[in-house]
This record gives sequence, C-alpha cells and structure tokens, in this order.
Amino acid sequence: MSGYFLEIGQALVALALAPGLVGFVRWWKARLQGRRGAPPLLPYYDLRKLFLKEVIISNNASWLFRFTPYLVFSSTLAVTLLIPLVAAPLPFDRIGDLLLVVYLLLLGTFFLALAGLDPGTAFGGMGASREMTVAAIAEPTIALSIFGLALGAGSTNLGRIVEQTLAHPGAAISPGHLLGFAALFIVMLAETGRLPVDNPSTHLELTMIHEAMTLEYSGRYLALIEWAAGLRLLIFFSLLVNMFTPWGVATSLTPAALGLAVIVLISKLAALGLLVALLETRIAKLRLFRVPELLAVSFVLALLAVTSSFLLR
Amino acid sequence: MLTLFIVTVSAYVLGMLAALFSGRSAIGRGLVAAGAAVGSIAGLALGVVVITSGIPFALASTRFLPLTGVALRLDGMGAFFLVVVGLVGCAASIYGFGYSAQYAGRYSLRTLGVMLNLLLLTLTFQVMADNALTFLVLWEAMSLTAYWLVVTEHDQRGTVRAGVWYLAMTHAGFAALIAMFLLLSSTDLTTSFASMRAGSALLSPAARNAVFLLALFGFGAKSGIIPLHVWLPMAHPVAPSHVSAILSGVVIKMGIYGLLRILLDIMGGGPAWWGGVVLGAGAVSALLGVLYALMEHDLKRLLAYHSVENIGIILMGMGAGLIFHSYGLMTLAALGFISGLYHTINHASFKGLLFLGAGSVLHATRTRNMEEMGGLIKIMPWTALFFLVGAAAISALPPLNGFASEWLVFQSLLGGSNIPTPEVAIVMPIAVGMLALTSGLAAACFVKAFGITFLAIPRSPEAEHAHESPRPMLAGMALLALACIALGLAPFVVVPALGRVLVGLGGLPDTHAVFSFNLYLVTPSNFAIMSPTLVALGLLAVLGLVPLVMLLFRANWRLRVGDSWGCGRVGQTPRMEYTATAFAEPLRRVFAELYRPTKELSIDFHPDSKYFVQSIEYRSEITPWFEKALYGPLLWFIRLSAATVRRMQSGSVHMYLVYVTVALLILLLIARWS
Repeated sequence: MSGYFLEIGQALVALALAPGLVGFVRWWKARLQGRRGAPPLLPYYDLRKLFLKEVIISNNASWLFRFTPYLVFSSTLAVTLLIPLVAAPLPFDRIGDLLLVVYLLLLGTFFLALAGLDPGTAFGGMGASREMTVAAIAEPTIALSIFGLALGAGSTNLGRIVEQTLAHPGAAISPGHLLGFAALFIVMLAETGRLPVDNPSTHLELTMIHEAMTLEYSGRYLALIEWAAGLRLLIFFSLLVNMFTPWGVATSLTPAALGLAVIVLISKLAALGLLVALLETRIAKLRLFRVPELLAVSFVLALLAVTSSFLLR
Repeated sequence: MLTLFIVTVSAYVLGMLAALFSGRSAIGRGLVAAGAAVGSIAGLALGVVVITSGIPFALASTRFLPLTGVALRLDGMGAFFLVVVGLVGCAASIYGFGYSAQYAGRYSLRTLGVMLNLLLLTLTFQVMADNALTFLVLWEAMSLTAYWLVVTEHDQRGTVRAGVWYLAMTHAGFAALIAMFLLLSSTDLTTSFASMRAGSALLSPAARNAVFLLALFGFGAKSGIIPLHVWLPMAHPVAPSHVSAILSGVVIKMGIYGLLRILLDIMGGGPAWWGGVVLGAGAVSALLGVLYALMEHDLKRLLAYHSVENIGIILMGMGAGLIFHSYGLMTLAALGFISGLYHTINHASFKGLLFLGAGSVLHATRTRNMEEMGGLIKIMPWTALFFLVGAAAISALPPLNGFASEWLVFQSLLGGSNIPTPEVAIVMPIAVGMLALTSGLAAACFVKAFGITFLAIPRSPEAEHAHESPRPMLAGMALLALACIALGLAPFVVVPALGRVLVGLGGLPDTHAVFSFNLYLVTPSNFAIMSPTLVALGLLAVLGLVPLVMLLFRANWRLRVGDSWGCGRVGQTPRMEYTATAFAEPLRRVFAELYRPTKELSIDFHPDSKYFVQSIEYRSEITPWFEKALYGPLLWFIRLSAATVRRMQSGSVHMYLVYVTVALLILLLIARWS
C-alpha cells in the first residue's frame, strides 16, 4: 500500500521540482554568460501569475484548443507516475513501460500541435509543422535507445532496468550504455526544445518551434502548458540520470532511503542542468534544416549502441 | 452455427434482391443497408462463436457440395477475419444508407446495392474456402465485385483509369495465385487444404520457395505491398466512401489472410529468409507508405497511402513471427503473429472510421482537397470528434487500439535478441527504428490531416457552407469509433482470443499460459508488462483531478474571446493560415532525396518597377520516380505487345477463320506426335 502513496508522492515531487529545474538551467546559463540572471525561483512566480490571469482565446479556436492544455498537462503528469524518480520498482511499474512513456509524451505533442493549428495563425501552423517534424525524426532514436536498454536489462519496464543496472554496475560503462546515453541526450535536447534544436528563450519566428505553437495561449492554459513543458524537461532529465546512472534510487521504502534518494535526485538533476546550461552557452542554434543531420547522428549512435550490445553479449 | 450461417447468407441475398427490385427508393436503400448490416452482424457472431468454442464450422452435411468441387469450412483464423468483415461491413452499410442518398438519379443505386451485398457475401465465403478451386473462384469474384464498386462514379475523372489499374494488378496477382495453387496441389485444384498441408512437406525446397514467392506476389498485389501498391491510392479514393472503408479495411486484409493461410497453415512455416523478406517488405511498405501519405493533400488518397503503411506494419509483425518460427522460438512466433492479427483488426476499425469520416467531409464540402477545407470542427462537431478518434488511433497514441497493437509489434521485434545467429538478429533493431520512424511520421501526417481539414478558418466557400452528416452516417462512424476505443482498452480479451485462433497453425503452441485473461498485457518471459486499461483509467483520473485542484487553489476562470494576434493587422483571412503543403514542407526537405520535388516559380513584376509584384505562380510536384522506373518499362512492353497483336486483329471474319483453322491444325499435329 505504501508503494501507491510513494507513487503519488513521487509525482508531487516532480510537479514541485519541474519549474525550479527550468529556472535553475536559466539561472546557470545567465551566470555562465556573465549576467546576473533572474532568480531560479522565477518560474514559480510566473505560474502563480498566469493562474491568476484571465484567459483570452481566439475566436477561431474550437473546444480542442481549450481541452489541449488539460490533456498535455495530464498526460505528462501521468508519465511521472510511471518512471522511477526516487524509488524502484514501484507498483505502477506494471502499468506501463518505456514505450508507453514515449507514446504518452507523443500524445501531448500531437494535441499541442493540433492546438497550434486551431487559431488559424501562420505562427501556430509553423510551430506545429516543425514540432511534428522534429518529433517524428527523433522517434527512431528513442526506440533504439529503449531497445539497447531493454537488451541489457531483459525488460522494457523501467523499474527492472534500474534494478538490473544496480545489480550489475559494470554495465553502466559498457560501450552500449555510453553510446545510448549520448544518443538519448541529443534526442532529449530536441524533445524538450533546447538549443541547438529550439531556443526556449525567444519569440523570433525564424527560430522558434515550441513557443510558436503556444503563442495564442494565455492565463491558466499557458500556465498548464508551461508547467507541462517543465515536467517534460524533468522527465527526460530523470530518464537520463536514473536509467544510465541509477545509484541513489531507493530500493527499500524506508524514510531515510527515500530522503536520501530525493537529495540524490536533485543533485543529479542539477548536475545535468549545469551540463545543458554549459552546452547552451557554447553552441548556437542550428538552422532548422540542419536539425535532421543532428538527429541522424543520434540515430547512428543509438544503432551502434544496440549493435555493440548484441556483439558483446 | 448453421443458423447463424444461414442468417448471414440469406440477409445478404435479401439485400441484393431488395437492391435489384427497388434500389432507387429510400425504402429500397434501407433494405439494402439492413440486409448488409444484419448479414455482417450474423457473420460477426458466427466468427465469435467459432473462436470461443474452438470448434471449426464445416458445411460437410450438405450433399451436393462435393460434386461441384466446392468445399467450405470455417476454422479459427477464418473466423477472426469474418469478425473483421462483420465489424467494418456493418458500420459501412449503416453509413451507406445515408451516404448513397446523394447518388439517386446520378449513378446506379441498383448496381451499388447488389455489389455491396455481393462483396460482403464473397468475403464471408472467402474465409471459409477449404480447397484451391473454391478459394480461387471466390478470389476472382471478390476482385470483380470490388472493381464494379470502384467504378461506381464512372463519369468522374480518373475513376475508370483507377479501375483498369486495379483490374490489371489484381489479375497479375491472380495468375501468381493459380500457379501457386497448382504447385501446392500437384495440379488437382480440388485437393482440400488438409491434404495440401500434408503434401507441402513432401515438396522440394525449390518448389517450396517458389510457392513462397508466388504467394508473396499474389497476395501482396491484393494487399498493396510496395512496389505492388500503385493501384491502391488510385482505386480506393474514387470509390464511394463506405466502399472505400470496406476496401481498405477488409478487402486488402484478404491478402494478409491468404499469406497466413498458405505460409503458416499449409506450408507450416519456412526458412528464416522468408520471414526476413516479409519483414523487409513490411518495413519498406510502412515507411514509404507514410512518406507518400505526408505529401498527399487529397484526403482520401492520404488515407489510401496509410493503408499501404499499415499493411506494412502488419507484415512486420508477421515477418518477425516467421523468423522466430524458423528458429523454433514458438512463443515469440505466436507473439509476432498475434501482433500482426491484432493490428489487422485495429487497422480495419480505424481506417474504416477514417474513410467514413473523409466521406462525410466529401459529402459536406464536395471536395477531397484538404487545401479547400478548414473550420469543419465547428460545423460538423460529431464527424470531427470521430475523425479525431481515428486519427489518434492510427497515430498509435495511447490508450487507443493502434497503440496496443503497435506496442505488441515493437515487443515482438525486441524479442529478436533471442535469435541465436547475430547476423539475423541484427535486422531487428533496424526494423525497430523503421517502425518508430513510421509511427512518428504517421502522427505528423494526422496532425496535418485533422488540423488542416477540421481546425482554424474555412478555406473555401464550400467548407464554410458545409453541414453535419445525417444520422445513419454518424451512427456508422460512432460504431467504429467505439470499436477503436474498446479494442484499445480490452487487449486482455483480444490477445488471448488471437492466441486461440493461432493454436496449431504451423505447430504454434497453446499460448494461454503466456497471453492469459489478465488486466496486464505480458510478453513472453515477462519481457514487458503494460496495461492500456489502467493507463486510460489513470489518464482520466488525472484529467479530472487537474481542474478540481485548480478550482481548489482559486485559479482564474474568466475567459474572453478575441481576435487571433495578427502582428498588428486587423482582420484575419484564410489566406494567412498555414496550408497542408506548408505543413509538410520541412519533411519534404528532409526526405528530398526520395521525393525529388520539381519546382516552378514564375513572378510577374509590375512593368515600371520590379519591386512591385503583380502575381506569383508556384507549382511543385513530387516525382514518384521508383514507380516510373519500375512500371515505365513494363507499360512500354505491354503497349508494344498490344501494338503487335493489333496487326493480327484485322476485324475481317475471313482472317479469323484462317487463324482458327491454322491453330486447330497445329494443335492436332501436336496431339498426334506427342
């Protein structure tokens, strides 16, 4: 029974951490660029402000536009119930595996792209078109990375993958694992709208993907979508850190172990956030039509990862 | 079972009679639809009874059948396909009652009604055929009735051409099937499938390989496997929409049925390379199918290309099954075949639904061109909702049925790690990548299809003055939408049932220990566990909780409606919207190597200054280069032979008499000396 409470607690932890993670990456980035930067807690104030503002929607928009924020938020939140953030394996592990996680996130993307088209503006359509292009060509890499992880662990269920890596620590530095990490890292940048694929801090039509889709949203709808975007970043970060370096994930449900697990999770996320911030200060955004090349690189890395796990078995 | 069978047949026959005698009146149309619907439901019930009881239904008691060379027997696999026929047939015929009203006075409702019922009747018998002769005769009957239905709107541009392509391709396939059956039955076509099964083991490996290749060609031409798919995107869109639903949902699945029947049931599986070829053909069809669908802006053609894609996905599951089968990994093989069959019924339901939805749009706007649509979600809310369900299902979004079966296909490919030889096993990750790319592109394509068709502002006066479809059409779509949801939520019923269907075929074991009646979907050796039912429940719970929590924390609930932000410009027109072409443009660039787009741009400048543009004309097309490369020489050869033969056809009776005499003499001489 305590497992179920822990599951819900874990989702609440994710909800609470997500805006902070976004703010933290932004803050690090500002510091690295020599700016003072907004406080890391700014996204929390933003969310509060947005929830208290009224909503203005386009007169062309249909019910789909008003339904999408709820669906995007809920499907992303549902994912946090399925992935091992602080403890593994949890009871909900049987409900879904890594493939389900990927397709639940795709569900959100699908509806967000439709909502981008709904107000009938060119920006929204542009964002929807680009987002779906990136999502479609990122998909094979994700599937192959899953394949690579599943080969090592003998399962696509996340709890089992974490357990297996904990039991065989040597696997974490096998070529398959390292290549898979690199592949998934590139895809993470694409899927969460970070540089060099998308620029999360601009509203320039030439560069934006995600922001263009959500341009017509305001008030509580925008709050839900921003929060979901933060959750998405947190989900990909925790997949990367907990699948490939699962140390610190609690395997027993004692308060001490769980407390430690939360602290370890936060520090792992912070470390990855620093890495992303560092990367974002060092590289420029790619031209949209160069993005497929980057994703092709990640695909090849993932393919090599799977091949090497086949040959080194 | 006999009662259900008699009800099925007589309902279809009554439907045909009703069409013959009063096809034109509304009552007649109602009777035609009722006959087809009742027949479909009875057929579906018969299929379910055979699957659940596990007892095949044979028509041996009737005395005259053996004399005619006809043999009918319905086993589990046939019953499964009968369920598919019943599901789509029922929805399509109810829909057809409303849809065919527009044909009154324009096209022959009599032919349409007779042929629709006849097609469903032949499909029913097709899955029961128990010897080669019966199978072939029904196969030809199915192709011909389908042809009649395709050319219903015979005066529209492209219809007759599409019909000719369909006839030519399906007959090329038919020839291959005759050759295949002659090989299998050692030239006696009335040999029953049971004795063929026994005899197939005695065939030489070369003969077995020939049977495999002929089956793949013959059934592939029916299913639209690339490169035999050229007729499909021509023929399916021009048919009446409820017929398109049956053609794409059911008729092309007969190719899958045939492949399973021959390769798995009669031949009992084969070497690994058979599976590899099927898997490869499936992967290529899936990927190219969806890539061509992306560039298509004719709503029904887009859906037709997606049929090619989904046949590819089904074949990927089956190919994986065949490979595992050849290595004796029977549980994994069962998983592969189950995933293929599951995707078969799922594709039947969502593609049927999407074609019906496209038909409603066509009915309301009189156009299939997506660039002239838009804003229909407000005018046709129900059609839009049903189409959205279909679009989400075909994009494999959880918790709908497309996800459940694609998850199983993924899992059976992941099982490739159990294959002992690495050089074969290494094929699997590539297939996984192709399947993932396919499903991602399918999602992109359906964002386009739904978004451009139903959302934003109407792009033409026709779309502005559209209307919601009449009730029977909505009912047909609602039925299939419910099927999409139910099949997605209840894999714990479907998967064990499919396991039962496959037991014993090609030595597949009883898998009820693995695929049990369990809320969780479990793959062999607990490789993966998932429960779409609980996912759906969880999603609904969270979806309900979020607004509640927002209320609790006093979020602002005020809502104001205003104009879209137009960068300062007042008044938004449809011309400012994103178009389907623009939506697909990034992907067209990414895959430019495949599409080889041609571009023509001509700009008329103002005579005084080139800074003022008077008009811009832009034309861009994609080149189906590999179809040209493949069918170009073939068509050239056929034309050349036709021209040669034409010289003999002088039209003069004297000449024909000479031909007859000469031919007779030659034959007699041959008979004398041989």
